[in-house]
Amino acid sequence: MSQGVGVVGLYVRDQDEALQFYVEKLGFRVHTDVRNGDYRWLTVQHPEQPSFQLGLFTPQAPMVDAATAQTLREAVAKGAMPPLVLDVDDCRAAYDRMRARGVEFTQEPIERYGAVDASFRDPSGNGWKMIQPRRGS
Amino acid sequence: MSGTGSRGTGQDPALLRRLLRAKDRMDAASHEDWPVPRLARVSGVSEAHFARSFKEAFGVPPHRYLLTRRIERAKALLRDTELPVTEVAFATGWNSLGTFGRTFRDVTGESPGELRARERAASHRLDQVPPCFLSAAHRPDLTIAVSEKRRQEADDRVPGSQQTEVP
Repeated sequence: MSQGVGVVGLYVRDQDEALQFYVEKLGFRVHTDVRNGDYRWLTVQHPEQPSFQLGLFTPQAPMVDAATAQTLREAVAKGAMPPLVLDVDDCRAAYDRMRARGVEFTQEPIERYGAVDASFRDPSGNGWKMIQPRRGS
Repeated sequence: MSGTGSRGTGQDPALLRRLLRAKDRMDAASHEDWPVPRLARVSGVSEAHFARSFKEAFGVPPHRYLLTRRIERAKALLRDTELPVTEVAFATGWNSLGTFGRTFRDVTGESPGELRARERAASHRLDQVPPCFLSAAHRPDLTIAVSEKRRQEADDRVPGSQQTEVP
């Protein structure tokens, strides 16, 4: 096995909606989808990144209390969660493809210092930067 | 400035998600005019409720949020381009160079020309941070109204004391 970060989780408002978004609109694959009572462990994976899983979790009891869950849902909906970056080979092509599938872009592709970046949000409010790195970096 | 905002606001997450859309639209086009009816339409909220809901959600009224974005963008243009100050003003949504210069100084503590000169003199080692995040980090933290900031600074100026140029 290789050592390193295996799973990083996002909070989402609805796991079915998130699953559909990350799989159908972004092209991720389901890695694990297991339920235990009300709890659902759901992770997806980028097709070119088999050693990393992106977790799609809801803030819920018993992991957090009800008031904390509400606060977390508010924070997600306000776009207050930390930055996420998706690396792509061709930002403009990815933008066209994803936009045609109904992804909510918040910034069109812009070239800065040789790199090209765009921004989109998932249905919950998590904000992604999509970055095409500068050639040679 | 503290005391509010640390607790959950009790706002409906579905409403917050729609308010976020209005904020995103201002981010994407801060040079455009964003009167309340336009923002309310983006969020699907009544005009009467929009400003209050937005402030409750994001801590600042929508017009002041827009102002911080315009100043942030103006700072980036001053730093990263050769555009004359007049063009920076118009590119970031001001109709008057005078208003731009005055507001810029009130918010940042220095004039557009001073900021440009200072940024040029400093060397940066920020190559490893994506530029899009860098510019957000340079957004002014405008927790009070510009008019209030002016008033406070006027009070601080004790007659006879020396005023330093750059804080």
